[in-house]
Amino acid sequence: MLPSRLLGLLAGPHGVDRYTELLDPMWTSDARATVVAVRRSTPRSLTVSLQPNRPVAGLRAGQYLTVTVEVDGRRHTRCYSPANAEGAALVELTIASHDGGVVSEHLLRNARPGMTVGLSTPAGDFVVPEVRPRRLLLIAGGSGITPVMAIARTLQGERYDGDVAVVHYVHALQDAAYRDELAAMPNVRVLYGCTRAPGGDLDGHLDQTHLAAAMADPDAVYVCGPPALVDAVRRYRPDAKAESFAPAPLVIPYSPGGGRITFSDSGIDAVDDGRPLLNQAEDAGLTPTSGCRMGICHTCTRRKVRGVVRNVSTGVISTDADEAVQICVSVAVGAVDIAL
Amino acid sequence: MSRHTSSLTPEQFEGFGRELDAIKEKVIADLGQTDVDYIRRVIKAQRGMEVAGRGLLIFPPAWLAGTALLSVSKILDNMEIGHNVMHGQYEWTGDPALSGQAFEWDTSCPADQWRHSHNFTHHTFTNIVGMDRDIGYGLLRMSDDQDWRPYFLGNPVYAFLLMMLFQYGVALHELEAERIRSGEITLGDKREVLEQIWRKTRRQVLKDYVAFPLLAGPFAPFVFAGNMTANLVRNVWAFSIIFCGHFPEGTEEFSMEEARDETRGQWYYRQILGSANLTGGTIFHILSGNLSHQIEHHLFPDLPARRYAEIAPQVREICERYGLPYNSGPLPKQFGTVVRKIVRLALPSRGANMPTAAVRLAA
Repeated sequence: MLPSRLLGLLAGPHGVDRYTELLDPMWTSDARATVVAVRRSTPRSLTVSLQPNRPVAGLRAGQYLTVTVEVDGRRHTRCYSPANAEGAALVELTIASHDGGVVSEHLLRNARPGMTVGLSTPAGDFVVPEVRPRRLLLIAGGSGITPVMAIARTLQGERYDGDVAVVHYVHALQDAAYRDELAAMPNVRVLYGCTRAPGGDLDGHLDQTHLAAAMADPDAVYVCGPPALVDAVRRYRPDAKAESFAPAPLVIPYSPGGGRITFSDSGIDAVDDGRPLLNQAEDAGLTPTSGCRMGICHTCTRRKVRGVVRNVSTGVISTDADEAVQICVSVAVGAVDIAL
Repeated sequence: MSRHTSSLTPEQFEGFGRELDAIKEKVIADLGQTDVDYIRRVIKAQRGMEVAGRGLLIFPPAWLAGTALLSVSKILDNMEIGHNVMHGQYEWTGDPALSGQAFEWDTSCPADQWRHSHNFTHHTFTNIVGMDRDIGYGLLRMSDDQDWRPYFLGNPVYAFLLMMLFQYGVALHELEAERIRSGEITLGDKREVLEQIWRKTRRQVLKDYVAFPLLAGPFAPFVFAGNMTANLVRNVWAFSIIFCGHFPEGTEEFSMEEARDETRGQWYYRQILGSANLTGGTIFHILSGNLSHQIEHHLFPDLPARRYAEIAPQVREICERYGLPYNSGPLPKQFGTVVRKIVRLALPSRGANMPTAAVRLAA
């Protein structure tokens, strides 16, 4: 205790991490990872193996974590569901190009051994219960295969003897990552649905015949993919456990007012009247700290939980979740959630 | 704003403001990897020099080198890194280590208090007598618009002491000593502020004057003296740069009435008339935290400071076109005029507190 307090004093006010990370970006108590291997898993996707600087505590198969990369000086954070088995030393991500996001595109272009990324603690309830179901149906759309792989690999590792069926929807068969590995798994039935090309085992988009072909009367159904796939599965199996990846936020031309502004820390919301968020927060009875009210002093800077805002002083548009914004000169573009 | 050396029509103010806005927008659109790489390089150099300096101080023959490295490291930490990061200049990066609201610096003044007194008060109410507490730090008479009292006979002495102890002067900024002196508020009102200052100052003192010296065992006195010298060098340097930013001959002060209901263009105008630049080389600009480009900094306090040099010619050209002064000169010359002002204002102003700008206009 005493040595660490002394070290804290000596390294103050910046802290020990801000010195050690200069020698090696991994030498910090912040969760980071180094890319140790990159392989092209399909013509349009990349599989990246990450060595975390400390074990990712409590990562269960099927959960996601956030990955932070720096693109042209700006940090961007996105959720990814690792494909590695529970307890593996390396975190494995498979990134598909049709995700279209800033982070995926950056990784596809620039991921190579030695690259550093930031990691968060894992979250999500897309996990198989400790008492394993006997008949398990796993459905994936596109890169939604990764948490499904994590579950399948984990079950293989524990010599699970129940039945597993995997249905993977892809544009064309060549887009299906992990085909060889899935084919080699005993007790796993694998079916492919190709939605934009001939081939595969199932025709078109998901319907009841697909489910019946994969597994009759499964004990549990898991689906990870675009919202449309999740909705389709839930029509037949309302109890299906689902993980959906939302499309990248769309920047719409600015039109003032009408959206819902949520001040999430105080649980207050208001209908946007087009004025800066600071004025609207004050009218809603909140008293956020503020200063110049003209966008120069940054006293009112707050975390935007989600939503799109435009800085009227600079014209800069903020779309990412958890970005710091100056509320005195920021107006909402659609629904916005501010940590206030 | 008639008593100033120059003024503009409302239409001119409008156009002037738009031209400056355009400069800002162009820089913001161009911000990227090179800006982040730059500040990280400076941080790496600063931390490296700090570690090297503190290491060398344990070996008495290397005392001078160690002290020099630690001095430069403290200057970089406070100015090019601390001051600029805390302005939110790197907020757009999303890097928590460069977060304007979270950064803490290696000096007595608690960063949270600095953000209020400097980023908000000083930068919003720049050179407004009675509102901008940087005019004299509540200790000095720096403008003819401040009424003379016999206390100000000590102006040069107070200025010298403030320079030597500058980090404590800055730390006590939020105490608003002059309002306590005038009886407007009591010391009790500032209890929380004082507690924060004490907590930060205690840690700084423990670090530089107890922990590091004790670690050096028999060489403790050398480490103690080296740390004290480095703090002193930083104090004198920061004081000089900062006082040259707003008080050389030619910079102007404003009254609260003049600044009421300002437009953006008028606000820019006040920033320009109230600020002065320092000329020098690249190293000089970095060591000054690019506050040598005080005019550009006051126009755009949250643009990364390394960009001020490239926009300075554009700002200067706009000023020339609108007939506004652009105060710039080398450090010795500017500092000389600051010292002259400090000495001159120790005595009552000629013509019963007539503002100097008005005197110039009448002449």
